[in-house]
Amino acid sequence: MKRNDGRAPEELRKMEAKTGIIKRADGSAMFRIGETIAYAAVYGPRELHPKFMQNPEKGLLRCNYNMMAFSGSGDRVRPSANRRSREISMVIEKALEPVLDLTAYPNAVIDIFIELVQTDAGTRCAGICAAAMALADAGIPMKDLVSALSVGYLRNEIVVDINGEEDMNEGATDIAFACLPITGEISLLQVDGEIKKDVLLKALEKAKEAAKKIAEVQRKALKERYHDKHDA
Amino acid sequence: METIENKKIVVPGEVLATGMDFLPSSGTYRDKDKIVSIYVGLTNVSGRVIRVIPLRGRYMPKRDDTIVGKIMDMTFSNWFIDMGCANMGVLSVREISEFVERGADLAEYFSHGDYVVCKISKVTRSSVDLSMRGPGLRKLGPGKLVQVDSSKVPRVIGKQGSMISMIKDKTACRIVVGQNGTVWIQGAPEDEMVAAEAIYKINQESHREGLTEEIAALLEKKASKNKPLTREDEEPIMERGRNETE
Repeated sequence: MKRNDGRAPEELRKMEAKTGIIKRADGSAMFRIGETIAYAAVYGPRELHPKFMQNPEKGLLRCNYNMMAFSGSGDRVRPSANRRSREISMVIEKALEPVLDLTAYPNAVIDIFIELVQTDAGTRCAGICAAAMALADAGIPMKDLVSALSVGYLRNEIVVDINGEEDMNEGATDIAFACLPITGEISLLQVDGEIKKDVLLKALEKAKEAAKKIAEVQRKALKERYHDKHDA
Repeated sequence: METIENKKIVVPGEVLATGMDFLPSSGTYRDKDKIVSIYVGLTNVSGRVIRVIPLRGRYMPKRDDTIVGKIMDMTFSNWFIDMGCANMGVLSVREISEFVERGADLAEYFSHGDYVVCKISKVTRSSVDLSMRGPGLRKLGPGKLVQVDSSKVPRVIGKQGSMISMIKDKTACRIVVGQNGTVWIQGAPEDEMVAAEAIYKINQESHREGLTEEIAALLEKKASKNKPLTREDEEPIMERGRNETE
């Protein structure tokens, strides 16, 4: 079966990544997959306010996911924070937490701001990829990067990295997936739609393979920032 | 034993070595038989020990570090000092070199917005204690402030202070480098600009080879007409602590 944009079932959309793009942030990154573009900025570790949220045992990872008002069409894109964006912010925090050691930052917070300037499905995954790069760029100790993508199950076939049109298909199952590329440890798994267990397991295997390709792009982007100056 | 490239740029999660031939040091961890990096940084291999030196990152307070900080707030017995990290440092009245009378107004000693050189005496989970008892620890006068990444401070200082003394000599400026990356420069206005430019360049290009020569050339071109400060002109500033190691 051919996909609507001519990709093979296990083919990712075209990716592009950059780090160090936001001057005043401690770390920043851009991650583009197909028509979805995510920007992430990391600030901190810095003092946590309001003060009652401070925890002397453990720092806080605070994430803010936002689809910009002009980033797409449909009822998802609204100019203000809503239930959906708050939930996604929370799952992104949970997806990134396993690579960080937050006990090193008592009473402090690491803020991540993720802005989607253009959307075409897979926004939380693009957001996680950008955020992981921004954290590494901010010099925060990390066990590994985090790579994320969506896998779909439509018309009885597993397809990797579904785009907006595929997502809209009747009966399409959309799986948001994030993992630590080296160990394959899963840090985010959300399933929207119906899927059988054995198909799900197969889909996860394919997702892990694809995540390795994404990790390559992330690693390259993190290094490129310094390589450029080597040549200059 | 496999060989590992020195000064190679690595990223978090990158495997630096496999097997038990090497030992993980700062900036790395061991996962079964692999040694993995936790930073975007440069590898530093000495003998069997592998280290990764981060290229960026906020300052993390360490005991015995000399820092340059800004007075942010005060109570009846403490000053709170911003060092560019998550928690503010606490400087107690008992920890300054002068005698402070009971009930005295602390603003007469150090006021909001003043910059001071302190030493970190204690780091706990909940606080960072500072001290101003020691040679060179004092309030800083008017001057220029430059912020560099704290991970680049060893490069700014150089081996046995070679880089910083070169800048001091050529620009005839007084310079204090805090381990937190705040640098204070005092001299003639045009000299301050040259010193700041040199330090900014080190901050931007610290991972490059041959940087020392480039800085020397830059300073030579714009060398100050003023006479370098001698030891007598200068108040003693300790730059012990973490210098460049290799």
